[in-house]
Amino acid sequence: MSAAHAAHGAPEPHTSTGVDNVKMAMWTFLGSECLFFGSLISTYLLYHDTTGSGPTSADVYDIPFTSISSFVLLMSSLTMVLALSSIQQGNPRAMRIWLTATAFLGLTFVGGQIFEFTTFVEEGLTLQTSPFSSAFFVLTGFHGAHVTIGVLMLLGVVAMSSFGRLGPDSARPVEMVGLYWHFVDVVWIVIFTVVYLIP
Amino acid sequence: MATAAAGTDRRYFARPTAKTGWWAWMTTVDHKKIGILYGFTSFVFFIIGGIQALIMRSQLATPDGEVVSAAMYNQLFTMHGLTMIFLVVMPMGTALINFLLPLMIGARDVAFPRLNAFSYWVFLLGGLFLYSSFILGGAADGGWFGYAPLNRELPGNGMTYYSLGLQILGIASLAGAVNFIVTILNMRAPGMTLMRMPVFVWMTLVVSFLLLFALPVIGVALWQLMFDRLFGTSFYDPGAGGDPLLWQHLFWLFGHPEVYIMILPAMGIVSEVLPAFARKPLFGYPAIVFAGAAIAFMGWGVWAHHMFAAGLGPVANSAFALSTMLIAVPTGVKIFNWIGTIWGGAVRLTTAFLFAAGFVSMFIIGGLSGVTHSIVPHDAQQTDTYYVVGHLHYVLFGGSIFGLFAGLYYWWPKFFGRLLNERIGKLHFWMMIIGFNLTFGPFHVLGLLGMQRRVYRYAPGLGFDMWNMLATIGAFTIALSIVVFLVNAVLTARRGEQAGADPWDARTIEWMIPSPPPEHNFDEIPVIRHRDDWWHRKYITDPKGTPAPVIAGGADAREIPADERDNATASEDEQAHGIHLPSPSYYPLVTAVGLPMAGYGILYQPLLLAAGFLIVLVGAFGWVLEPPAEPARRDRRTGAEPA
Repeated sequence: MSAAHAAHGAPEPHTSTGVDNVKMAMWTFLGSECLFFGSLISTYLLYHDTTGSGPTSADVYDIPFTSISSFVLLMSSLTMVLALSSIQQGNPRAMRIWLTATAFLGLTFVGGQIFEFTTFVEEGLTLQTSPFSSAFFVLTGFHGAHVTIGVLMLLGVVAMSSFGRLGPDSARPVEMVGLYWHFVDVVWIVIFTVVYLIP
Repeated sequence: MATAAAGTDRRYFARPTAKTGWWAWMTTVDHKKIGILYGFTSFVFFIIGGIQALIMRSQLATPDGEVVSAAMYNQLFTMHGLTMIFLVVMPMGTALINFLLPLMIGARDVAFPRLNAFSYWVFLLGGLFLYSSFILGGAADGGWFGYAPLNRELPGNGMTYYSLGLQILGIASLAGAVNFIVTILNMRAPGMTLMRMPVFVWMTLVVSFLLLFALPVIGVALWQLMFDRLFGTSFYDPGAGGDPLLWQHLFWLFGHPEVYIMILPAMGIVSEVLPAFARKPLFGYPAIVFAGAAIAFMGWGVWAHHMFAAGLGPVANSAFALSTMLIAVPTGVKIFNWIGTIWGGAVRLTTAFLFAAGFVSMFIIGGLSGVTHSIVPHDAQQTDTYYVVGHLHYVLFGGSIFGLFAGLYYWWPKFFGRLLNERIGKLHFWMMIIGFNLTFGPFHVLGLLGMQRRVYRYAPGLGFDMWNMLATIGAFTIALSIVVFLVNAVLTARRGEQAGADPWDARTIEWMIPSPPPEHNFDEIPVIRHRDDWWHRKYITDPKGTPAPVIAGGADAREIPADERDNATASEDEQAHGIHLPSPSYYPLVTAVGLPMAGYGILYQPLLLAAGFLIVLVGAFGWVLEPPAEPARRDRRTGAEPA
C-alpha cells in the first residue's frame, strides 16, 4: 500500500521484475487462499456421505436455485471487467456504476446464500447436524464471507472515487480489487461443481 | 479537489512524527527497528519457554516428582512447545530477516513497511493472547499438535485459546511471508540477480513460500477445531462420524513444512557465517540454493511419517518412508557444501563460527536420528517416546537455535554497532553445547528404554533415574549459558568494542554501510556485479586465486569516513540525498489490536467481537486514507509534494 503512496505524483516505482508490488502481493496472497479453500473442499469431500441421521445432500440441495445465484455471481465478474475497462478509458463515472453493479450482484449472491441456509435449517440441516452439514456450512460460509469482504472493498473504491481519493493511477486499486473478485468467483465455480453438481 | 482532500487528511489522519521514545517504537515502519522489536520480544518468550522447560526438568529429575501437578505439567509441555516454535524460533528468524533482508539485497526497506509493522504487532499481541490463558482459567494442555478428538473434548478454554491464538499468529506470519516474497522478487538493487543473492535471502524466499502454502492448511484445521469447541460442529467428533485422522493430516501437512520453516533460516545464516570466517566463497552456491528449494518441495510429501502409528496401511507407510529417506539427500548436499566451505579455508574460530559449526554437527546427529524414523517398524517403537523428543530437540535446538545464535553473534555488531565479547561468547558456546548434549543425548536412551513423552512422573526402578538426572543437570547448564549471553549483551552495550562498518572482513553488502545502519540504509543504492559483491569490492584475486586487497581508488569501492557519517543526523541526510522514506504510522498497531480483541470476543462477549472487527475496519480505513508523509518530510530536491 505504501507503494501506492509513493506512486502519487511520481512515476511508477521501478521493481526488479517489472510487476507492480501490490499486484504481486495480491497474487501471492491468492496463492495462499487456494490452499485455504483446498483444505475446506477436501474436508467436505471426506464428509460428504457422513450424514448420520440427518438429511443428505440429495435431500436438501436445490440445484436450479443455486444455479441461478451462481449465474448472478459469474455475471458480477463481467461487470467487474467493464468497471476496469471504463476507468482505463478515463471514465470514473462509468466505473462507479459498474462497480456498484458488481457489488449489487455480489450482495444478491450473498442474499441467495442466506436464503439457502435458512431453508436448509428449516429442513433439518443445521451446522451441528452431522460432519457433512458442518463441512458444508463452513465451506460455503467462508466463501460467502469472502464475497462480503469483496463487496466492502468494491464499495470502498466507489466511495474513494466519488471523493476523488483514488489518486492519479486510479485504475490500479480497481485492478487489485478485481483480481480478488475474480478469484472468489473462480473458487465458487469449483465449489459449485464439486459440492452441488457432482452427486 | 486533491489539495482539499490532502488538507482533510492532515487534520484527521496526521502521521506520527516522533523519532525517539515510546511513540517512535510503536509507530515505526523501519525494518531495522521492527527487526529489533521482533528479536527482543522473541528473546523474552525464549526465556519464558526456557523457564517452563526448567520446571518440567525439575519435576522429572527424580522419580515421583512433586514440583507440579499433572494438570499444570500438561499446560507446561504444551505451552513450551507452542512458545518455542511460534514465539521463539519463527519470530527470531523473522527478526534477522527483517533487519538484514533489505540490507542484503540493497533496498531501503521492505516492499510494504506498514504491513511489516502490522505483522510484528499481531505477533506480539497474539503471543500475549495465548499467554493470557494462564490467568484466564488455564492454558492449552493438549500438546502442541493437539490431536483430535482430545483437542475438542478437553475442558476449560485452553484449547480454544490454542485455536484462536495460533490463528492470530498465523496472520502475522502470512503477512510477513507475502511481504518478504515481494521484497525479494521486486526490491533488489540493480545487478542483484537471483543467483547473486546471499543464501540467507534465498532461504528466506523459500521459507516464505512454505509459510504461504502451509499456514492456510493449519488455519482451516484451527477454524474447524474452534467451530467444534464453540459452536457444536462435529468435524472431530468420532461419535458423530468425525474423523480424527483428518486433524492429523491437516496438522502435519502444515507441521512438516513448518519443520523446514524453522530450520531453513538457520541454514541460510550458517551459509553466510561459514564463508565469512573460512575466508572462502561458499562451496557450491547453486547446489546449496537448489538443495534448499528441493527440501521445500519434498517437504510437502513427507507429512505422514508423523502418522506411522496411526494405521494408514502398508502402501501409504512405504511411500512416506521412501520420501522421508529421499529428503535426507538434499539435506546431505548442504552438509557437504558447508564442510567443503571450511575445507582448506583460513578459518577464524570466532564465537559465530563456533555456533555455526555447532549447528552443522548437532544437525547431523538430529538428521540421522530423523532418518531412523523413516523405518516404519522402528518408528512404531519410537512414537511418543523420549527418542522423538530427543530427535526434535537436536534439529530445533541443536539446529535452529544454534544457527540463530551464530547469526546473532555474527550480525550483532551490524545491529548495535558494538561487538559482543568473544571470550564470554566462547564460554557461552561451550556451556551451551555441553549442556545441550547432556540434556538431549540421554533422551534417546530414555526413549529406547521405553519412557513415554508427556508423562508427568515415573516410578523408580525402571532404569530412567540416572538419565533423567543427567538431562536435568544439562538443562540447567543451558539456562546458565543463556545467562552468560545476557551478561555479555549487557556488558558490551556500554563498553563493547566499536564495530565499525565491517568488523569481520565479510563478504555481503550489508557490511558496506555503517553499523548500526542509517535510517535509509544506503546513501546510494549499490550496483551489484558479483555474488559476494562487497568482497569483490575489497579484493581482487591473483592468477593463483589468492585474494589481494584492491588498491585504493582502483575499484568502485567507496567507504564513507566514520566521522563524516556520525555528524549527520538521519533526517538531514535524507533531505540532502532526497531519499523518500516511508513515514511512521499508527494504523498497523490499531489494526493489530482488533484481532486479539475479536479473539476474546469469540470466547466471552459478542459485543467485544463486534468491537474488535470495528477496530480492524477503522484501522484499515485509516491505513488507506492517511497521507503518505508529513509536510516536513517533503522531498526537497525535486520539490514534489508527496500527496
